[in-house]
This record gives sequence, C-alpha cells and structure tokens, in this order.
Amino acid sequence: MHNANNLKEYREDMQEALDNEFLRKSMDAFAVGYRINRAKAFADINEPVLIKQIADCKDYAVKNNAALLKQFTEEAEKRGVHVHLAKDAEEANALIAKIAKDNNVKKIIKSKSMTSEETLLNHYLEDEKYEVVETDLGEWIIQMRHEGPSHMVMPAIHLSRYQVQDLFSARTGRELEPDPEKLTKVARQELRRDFADADMGISGANFCVAENGHIGIATNEGNARLTTTAPRIHVAIAGIDKLVPKLTDALTALKVLPRNATGQTLTSYVTWIGGANECAIAEDQKKEMHIVFLDNGRSKIAEDEMFSQIFRCVRCGACANVCPVYRLVGGHKMGHIYIGAIGLILTYFFHGEEKAKNLVHNCINCGACKSICAGGIDLPGLIKELRARINQDSGMPIETTLLGKVLKNRKLFHSLLRFGKWAQTPMKKGPYLRHLPLMFMKDQGFRSFPTIADKPFRDRFSEIKPMVHNPKHRVALFSGCVQDFVYPEQMEAAVKVMARHNVAIDYPMEQSCCGLPVQMMGEKQVTIDVAKQNVDAFEGTNCDYIVTLCASCASHLKESYVELLEGDRDYKEKVKRFSAKIIDFSSYVHDVLGVTTDDFNKSDEKVAYHSSCHLCRELKVIEQPRNLIDMAGEYAPSAEEDVCCGFGGTFTVKFPELSSTLLDKKLTNIEATKAKRLVADCPGCLLHLRGGSNVRENGMKVTHIAELLAENLK
Amino acid sequence: MSDLKKLFTEKAELVSAKVTSIKSMDEAFAYAAKYVAAKSPCELLIPSSPDAVQPEFSDEKILAAPELSDDQYAALAKACEGTSVKLIKSGMRGYMAGIDAGFTIADGGLCDTGSIVQQSNGEELRLATMVSETHIAVLSVSSLYEDSIAAEKLLLDLMDGVAYTAFITGPSRTADIERTLAIGAHGPLELHILLLED
Ligand code: SF4
Repeated sequence: MHNANNLKEYREDMQEALDNEFLRKSMDAFAVGYRINRAKAFADINEPVLIKQIADCKDYAVKNNAALLKQFTEEAEKRGVHVHLAKDAEEANALIAKIAKDNNVKKIIKSKSMTSEETLLNHYLEDEKYEVVETDLGEWIIQMRHEGPSHMVMPAIHLSRYQVQDLFSARTGRELEPDPEKLTKVARQELRRDFADADMGISGANFCVAENGHIGIATNEGNARLTTTAPRIHVAIAGIDKLVPKLTDALTALKVLPRNATGQTLTSYVTWIGGANECAIAEDQKKEMHIVFLDNGRSKIAEDEMFSQIFRCVRCGACANVCPVYRLVGGHKMGHIYIGAIGLILTYFFHGEEKAKNLVHNCINCGACKSICAGGIDLPGLIKELRARINQDSGMPIETTLLGKVLKNRKLFHSLLRFGKWAQTPMKKGPYLRHLPLMFMKDQGFRSFPTIADKPFRDRFSEIKPMVHNPKHRVALFSGCVQDFVYPEQMEAAVKVMARHNVAIDYPMEQSCCGLPVQMMGEKQVTIDVAKQNVDAFEGTNCDYIVTLCASCASHLKESYVELLEGDRDYKEKVKRFSAKIIDFSSYVHDVLGVTTDDFNKSDEKVAYHSSCHLCRELKVIEQPRNLIDMAGEYAPSAEEDVCCGFGGTFTVKFPELSSTLLDKKLTNIEATKAKRLVADCPGCLLHLRGGSNVRENGMKVTHIAELLAENLK
Repeated sequence: MSDLKKLFTEKAELVSAKVTSIKSMDEAFAYAAKYVAAKSPCELLIPSSPDAVQPEFSDEKILAAPELSDDQYAALAKACEGTSVKLIKSGMRGYMAGIDAGFTIADGGLCDTGSIVQQSNGEELRLATMVSETHIAVLSVSSLYEDSIAAEKLLLDLMDGVAYTAFITGPSRTADIERTLAIGAHGPLELHILLLED
C-alpha cells in the first residue's frame, strides 16, 4: 500500500523496489510471457469490436445506473435476496458486520473481492473479532503476510516460491519444499477445514445482471463456488458499477476479461448465482443471501463527463500488465489498493487526493495501457487531467509555474533558449554538456545531455528553403522545441528528403512548444494558451499538410488539441482544420509522397529501430518507418521495440532511477542486434537514447530516421 | 465428427479436460465405475470437522452421483457392483475432506472455450463437483453451442427463478505462486467430459 508523504519519499520507496532483484526478474518474465499468451488468446477474436461493445454497454449502465439497480433489486428480492446500498466504505463494512452479528457468525471465509479491499473490510471485521480467512491462494498468502495485493488478478505476484515456502512451513510446522504445485496442495488442505467450518462466505461479483438478478463471479481456483455453497450465509459485495443490463452484456465482457487478464480464454469457473439457494445446514434449508452495493463516490463520478469512463473497467489488470513502470516497481509502489494505470485514477477517487498526488506523477504517458484496456478507457488522458486537478487544488509547484510562465511567452522562451547557448559554453564537451547546471544535475548522470545548437532551425530555414514552382503540395513544418533549438540538423535532413519531391515547404515563425510538457505537469491553462498560439501560427499558411518529425508533438497536436480547444467557440473549427493536417514525417514521406527504393542508395548498414510510444500506439504508425529503414539500409529488428525508452519528458527528471533503468533495458536490447546505428522518429527519445549510448560508450550512432534517409538519398 | 464436437474437444483438451466419445449412458456409467475402481485412492484433505460424519476411506472409493434419476442411479449402482467403488447420492457435507469422483450430467457445452454449463441448484451436486478429485460429466453433443452468446436462451432458462449455474472449463487451477500453473487449487484435479452422441 502506498503511504509516502511526498515525492521524495515516494522515490525512495521505488528505489527499494528497483533493488529487489527477484521482483525485477519475475516481472520481466511476466511481461514478456503475458504478451505472447494474450496474443494467442485473441487470435480468433475481433478485439476492437468487443471492446467497443463493452465500452458502450458500460457507458449505458453508468447513465442508467439507478434504474438498473432498481431492476436488479426487484429481481434479486424475488429470489429471496436482501439487497443493500452502502454510500461509503464505512457503511458497507458496518452493514456486513451487522449481518454477521445478527446471525451469530464466528468464522468468515472470503473469495477474492477488490471491492472489499477498497473498503478494508477484513480489518473492520477482525476488529469486530470475527475470524476472516481469504480462500484465493494469492489472497491467503498476502493475508498471512499482512500485505495488500500487488496485482488485481495475481495478488501475490511480487513473492517468490521461497517466501511462500517459508510462510507455509511456519504455518504448518512442517518443512515444506519450494514447489508451487506442492505448496498449492498445502493451501488446498489447510483451507478445506475453513470451508467446512465457516458460518458466512463473502464474495465479490464481476457482474450484476439486472434482467435476472444474478451475479457472476469468475475464478480459477473454484474457491468462489465453495465460499458461496458451504456456509449458511452468503454476502456479495460489489461496486454499483458492476451492474449491467443483460446477461449477454456480461457474456460479452467475459470474452475479453480472462483473455486480457491472463491470456486464458475463460477462467476455470464462472459462477452465476441468482437467489437464496438450497443450504442443508440452514434452518429452513435455504441460504441467507445478501448483496451489498457500494457507492463510495461512484454516483458522483458518474456525473463527471470525462471521468465516468472509468466505470468501463472490468478489473482485468491488463493496464498494469503492460505498464513499463509497473513492470519495474510492482503494484505496491504503482498504486495504493487498486494498482496500475486504473489504480492511479481510482486511488484519487476512492482513497483521496493525498494518497494519489504522488502516484499520478508515475505515469510515463507511453499509452501502453490505453491500447490494451478492455473498456477502451483513455487512461493516460485521465491521468494527465488528474494532475491538473490536483495541481489546481494544491497550488502549483514553483518550477511548474515558472515553466508555464515562460512557455506562455514564446519570445521570452526562445530568447532563453538562445541565451542557453552562451550559458552552456564553459560546460560543453563536443555535442554534449560536460556537466549539468546544478538544478538539473541530480541523478541525471546516466545520460549525457546535448548542447543547444549554435543556430536554431528557425534561423537556418530561409537559407535552405527549397525553391519550388508548381508544387504538388504545400507543407508547413512543425519543429517542436527540441528540434528547433537542439537538433536543427534533423529538420534540415527532412527538408532535403522532401525537397526532392517537388513539395513547397514553409516554416511559420510564430510556432512555439507544442505544450505537452506543461500538460504533463498538470498546467492546463498554459497548455490551452500554447495550443491557441500554434493553431494561430499555422492558420495563415494555407498548407495541405503540417509535417512534424516529433512523434510526441504529432500525437499531442493531433489528438489532444481538439479536446483542449473544443469548448472554445473561436477555436473549435480552426483547431479541427489544424489537427486534420497534422502528419508525422514517416507517414508523410511513405504514404503521401510515396518514396520508393529507387529514391535511395540502399546501404548495407544494419539499422535498429526504436518505435516511439506516441507514434506506434497513439498514432498507430507501425509499418512506415520500418519500410523506410529498409529502403535506406538493413532493418535489424530488436526485442521489445515498442516498449517505452523511459524518456517521457518530465518523467525522466522526476524519476531518474526508473527512467535510467528503462533506458538500460532498451539499449541492451538494441545492442543485441549488433547494429551500430539506431533511428527513431522522436527527438525526445533520440536525446535519451543518444545520451545513454554516450555514457555506455557503445559506439552507437543515434539519429532521426530523416537523417538516415537524407544520407542515403540518390 | 461434427464441427462443433471437434471444436469443443479441441478447446476442452487445451485446458486439460479429458474428452471421451460415448454412445450411450450405459457406457458413461461403465466408464465412471471402471475409472474410479482403478484410480489411486483420494488424498484426504482434512479429517473434516470433528462432529461431522467421519468418512471411512480405507479400501472403499467414493463416487458421488447426486441428481441422477432413479433409473440412472440404479444403472450406475449396477456398474459399480463388485468393485471397490461405493456409490452415494447425498450427504456430501460429511465428505468435505474429499471424495474420489463426482458424476454429473451437464446442461450444455460452449465450444469456443471448451466449457460445460451446469445448473447446480442442488447443494449436493455443487459440493460433489467441488470436493471430488475427479469430476466426470456427461455432455450431449446436441447441447453444444458455438459460444456463450449463442447459448443465451439456454442460459436464461437455466437462470430462471432461484438458480445457481456454472461454466466449468477444465479442472480447478491457480498460478498464484510465481505464475506457475498448478492444477487442483480447491476443486477437482481432473475434469472428464463424456461426449454423448445422441
Ligand atoms: S482500466 Fe482497462 S485494462 Fe485496466 S483493469 Fe480496467 S479494464 Fe483492465
């Protein structure tokens, strides 16, 4: 459970996780295995269609929650079930404790339930002197260790077989072997008496089906079936977001849930319970069944236009499975009770801003979670928005405000960058800074920093601007700050490649930073102001395409601008025109210009590729860069090409330990290809990869894909 | 083999269910009796709670078959005659420590996942299929559906009124310790599906 008071303490927590070698190895193995299994499980499934169906159904359910609750309650009551609605965790816990008391309960067994974790139900019941036993193997293990789950589907994923061996040996007083299969048998044996003796069984529910008052529970172990059969009382606890109108809605979600969770086509058991079933040990031979619906702020969030989409979540845990940060530090650091990407968000709403304020910074914005979510939730977008809300509530940190001020004023920003060129002179060492100014120094030594170029691209453009008569299209360039002031040669290379194809090229001087860095810091108003500046800067150019060489800029300009300016009457239409013209460099030359092998002298240089997050996932540009590489050189595929390099803009400054670990993995994979050249489509990634290669002294030439193409042009 | 039957068999075997084709219920009874008689005795889990009936497992092997019709039960009992198999139909709470096998008839099969659908409103049936080391289920080929969506009508019928319905896909399993697959977490270690051609 996350308890750090501030970012500094949180960083220390994470260092601890990074030092845990077992965790790191195990999570790596899981991440790689998961991808393969998941791909297999989805092989004959139309994933986007199903995800859309789940999202639509859940959106409908959120909007009509009260009616569904009513319908469910009627159906369930017809079947002899007592239905309760608890407004918060305290009320839910008290309700359940009262049911136990009224029925003279002593021992309670539980089948896994995230909702009861949310309310800290076990603590409550134990304080009331009930014996509570978790029966899911992973839950039982962490219950004995007095820990919270570190994954929603695999609660004890952070532990090794040896830790479980020690735990079970201590419990049984026998010397056990560290064999998962044998240890599982021990749990089977130990827990069987608890099933036999318990008076009350508590379960969660994956679905509450309004049309027939049934709950659906998916498990692999079969513990839910025993928990809801053996004791005389059954209490199910579920968030009100588990309500769906029809059985088919649940069946549809069940097609994705286990596949996304563990790569299984279906869990071993799916249990549908509708009503007070037969129970031999109850007085009237009937089980007493209760369902406690938990609100805990849900109905309020349902009214929030942006955040109501979090109720599409089916708790598959996939957003954690693919998160590169979760993979490094595990669920105890990447979440509070709910973990992973959705965990950061749910923590804010269910457990308060104080618990969430450090966690929300730990998103690298790589988009991996969004691309895999069973409900199609825009997780990174929501996390960015949360940062803004938290900043607004708690006051901006001083650096954020300062950067915000500077960025709002393009001239000031650009003069500062120009000034930087002079200021850095004593620290220069070739193209890198010898050492960093103090404020940037801390823990950034894993990567060299580039120097600011002598002459920014904006000052060079008039000299290199191609003369074109009867152009086939007009292109306006968006450079982004890094390419303008640090890597102007990347822009020049792009101009050279495009100029061959009879394209008129323009560079609007009023353009500024795209604004993504300040959005990542949670400075919403500045993000909007900067967006307007850029839209205005390009409005007059009369171009067919706006080409950018930066994947992050491209995705921000294309995807976020429209959302940001949607509410502004003056910009609503303008921004649509603007965003529709945005295209990344690789797609432009590959798809629009249609360059071919004939344009290049194909070299025999082996070239590795880093697939930038914002290009491959946000913009879904996959084939184009790889084809281009193969036109100019020999494409050398590397492992985990599309896993984040660890840059993430502000992320690398806030969490240098995590950032450098991700960078190391990335470079290790690339070095394994034996290529001595690495290209990418994003100057941020390039800065990071080049700086890291410089420190590792691996002799890698790291360039933009445009440079590779320009060098090999015929 | 019909397409559905083929698909079901393939998917069920992928999740370690054992699928066998049979032509009649008699064949199913003979299969169960023979299997349990030859099976190594059930590993007892607990001496149940002290005041519960203490099962005597010394030489006998227990096969539970709740919810069979009288005729079916009699036929199964006949198949068990002269073997070490003791057939029971109720009193499952006395056997929480475990039994050798539970014999049931499924209500449907879902081919895309190789699952059986089983209405388990009766407590005896539910316990029998959970505390048994092997679950043997008869499934008619005529009740196979492509997937759960195609079986919607059947499912809604099964869930009419007070009901308890299960999709069972392979034996009970877990991967909670180092993500290593372990079969038989709390439920059966084996699932045998007898596909009845009808
Ligand atoms: S947010 Fe999406 S990916 Fe994450 S647990 Fe929920 S449904 Fe699964």
